Amino acid sequence: MARTWRELFVLPEEAERSIPEDGASEPDPERPGGFFRRLRENLRKSREALGAELEASVLQRLDDEAFERLEETLIYADVGAQTTASIVERLESEAGAGELAGGDDLTRRLRELLADAARVGDDRIDLRPNPTVILCIGVNGTGKTTTIGKLAWHLSQELGRSVLLAAGDTFRAAAVEQLGTWAERAGADFVRAAQGSDPGAVAYDAVEAARAREHDVVVVDTAGRLHTQSHLMEELSKVRRVIEKQLPGAPHETLLTIDATTGQNGLRQAMLFREAVEVSGIVLTKLDGTAKGGIALAIAQELGVPVKLIGIGEAIEDLRPFDPDDFARALLES
Amino acid sequence: MFDALSERLQAALGDVRSRGKLTEDDVSKAMRQIRLALLEADVNFQVVKRFTAQVRERALGQEVMESLNPAQQVVKIVSDELTDLMGGAGRDLVFGSKSPTVILMAGLQGSGKTTACAKLARHLREENGKDVALAACDVYRPAAVDQLVKVGAQAGAAVYEQGTGRDPVDIAEWALGRARSEERDVLIVDTSGRLHVDEALMAELAKIKKRTKPHNVLLVVDSMTGQDAVNVAESFSATAAFDGVVLTKVDGDARGGAALSVKAVTGKPIIYASTGEKLDAFERFHPDRMAQRILGMGDVMTLVEKAEAQIDEDRAAELERKLRNQQFTLEDFLEQMQQVRKMGPLSGLLKMIPGLNSAQLSGMNVDDRELDRLGAIITSMTPEERRNPGVLNGSRRRRIARGSGTSVQAVNQLVKQFSQMQKVMRQVSQGRMPSLSQLVGGR
Repeated sequence: MARTWRELFVLPEEAERSIPEDGASEPDPERPGGFFRRLRENLRKSREALGAELEASVLQRLDDEAFERLEETLIYADVGAQTTASIVERLESEAGAGELAGGDDLTRRLRELLADAARVGDDRIDLRPNPTVILCIGVNGTGKTTTIGKLAWHLSQELGRSVLLAAGDTFRAAAVEQLGTWAERAGADFVRAAQGSDPGAVAYDAVEAARAREHDVVVVDTAGRLHTQSHLMEELSKVRRVIEKQLPGAPHETLLTIDATTGQNGLRQAMLFREAVEVSGIVLTKLDGTAKGGIALAIAQELGVPVKLIGIGEAIEDLRPFDPDDFARALLES
Repeated sequence: MFDALSERLQAALGDVRSRGKLTEDDVSKAMRQIRLALLEADVNFQVVKRFTAQVRERALGQEVMESLNPAQQVVKIVSDELTDLMGGAGRDLVFGSKSPTVILMAGLQGSGKTTACAKLARHLREENGKDVALAACDVYRPAAVDQLVKVGAQAGAAVYEQGTGRDPVDIAEWALGRARSEERDVLIVDTSGRLHVDEALMAELAKIKKRTKPHNVLLVVDSMTGQDAVNVAESFSATAAFDGVVLTKVDGDARGGAALSVKAVTGKPIIYASTGEKLDAFERFHPDRMAQRILGMGDVMTLVEKAEAQIDEDRAAELERKLRNQQFTLEDFLEQMQQVRKMGPLSGLLKMIPGLNSAQLSGMNVDDRELDRLGAIITSMTPEERRNPGVLNGSRRRRIARGSGTSVQAVNQLVKQFSQMQKVMRQVSQGRMPSLSQLVGGR
């Protein structure tokens, strides 16, 4: 499972060689400002609000109350009633069979179960196809454009890949300008069209331009859309088909952004987006608030789609590879 | 959006309904279902506990046991409690005695603030005849100012912006001064999205509030929000003491439990619901109607209001006269269809009809584009063809099919249905009842 950028991306051989061993870009997770620390700091803020000091006190005893509190914690994390029930049942039966010795054991085992539940499919991103086309999709306001900006910055500044961004959100006012700003920051090439023009055409032009200008990676932005709007989902399928026609095998990666504050509807989002285009991974954004993004666990369980990236802040380095163990720990740290 | 919740409650209470008398067991069973349904709808855990306890207490009480129809009584209790939970009678915006009335908009990133600002501006202009200005104080997100300038223009509002170089607190104050000197009725202040745990940005919001002294502070909440809605609402309430909520993305299929939670925890009502991509997809939130919709009682009031807003009475009378005199042409048919279309998506309209519950609807694929296709066929006809479909021979039909991007079969079907419709109308106007199969246009 990918925990670092190097583990997340599968790079072409010549690119692999040109990157310094154990890249200087890999911050020590525990150093001040490291992402893990930042995440924990943010989570600490939420403790008072939630008032469920799970690990410290309640789980010391293996009684009904402990399991009830456990259920509550997972529900609060938006894991959902069904996934919560299946995990708690499993723990209860293990405890009943005498496999768990006490509170510490229970916590450890719970973490394992949660991390396992999050660990599905291939969570790496293959950058070997040339050019690699990454399609970014999602509901309005989940953070697509920001994610693309950060991803482009990382690919180009840290991995030395030449990146082209395609402004496929031709619907929302000023979306093109927003992506343009990110392209500039990331030092990426940029393909745009007038507002209201066909997003398929933008994607087509972008892939063509990437081949002509020999870019390594094309990241295609799309307009945010509610998964319930069938005509917009059809439009998305069309964008995908256009890309595939232009470059067989593409898009190589289709990333669905899910806002961590989203509740149970996140599962519906993933289901319907997956029906329209093949979703290969989830980007779980806005994890720097008090929301835990537990719905990603339900998505992994029900649909087998792995989380590949997480967004933990607004700064350019606040996009990180997803780590199931950290995620499991954070879910319980309330 | 509350579809699935209403399904669950109907399933839970359907059982009670069929029995007539309530045992304590019945109540417990129903409450378990309601609890689960509410949790799946993202209603906050604590709120769910409180809600089910309240309903349970009232359901087990005398009033139910001794009433003639206990099941109906439970439905009513759940409906009452839900309405209560979602905002009681509802609150309006407050307009100041001196202009401009200031409305401050706040919320998390991506909740839909900028769009809501423009929609609210349009709403106040169209419904209340207000002269509205927007202040662009989101200096952080790239191109946020551009976005407000664009949607503000579409909404017919003035947009006050100073780029992204200045402190948003100063921009807000400057905009207020300008709104005063230009004598605007309303100033809506758009702010950048901020996390409720971001102390610096929350302090900034408090400062904007202090400087602009808004008559209304509105929190913009995404209807898809999960359990965290409560944390968000509590923090924003502590910092900005908001007066009401704009619930966004209501046109999705989220069950919208966040709406219930926010009200229950902060006591602040949901004032507006944002229901679609277009600027006019914005309406007053009606808690009582929404509770009825949850329980499958339909939302007739909204339907009637929508129809009233869209349908011109004179034109309707004219159409009725034509129908009676059998002068109803394809052109009139097209016009009627366009009016129905203006009322919003068909699936949305159907949901408001009492007796049609979500389970029945889910099997039905209501396709608005079907209407658009029919419209395309009719507009591909010449005026003469529209008035007199009898002239439509094979070659004309082929031309129409090509022109409208449909098939000859589709054209044939439309012509056939139209002639059947005319037949039915003839019978009605002659005082005979048409047969059922004629009414449903048997093919």
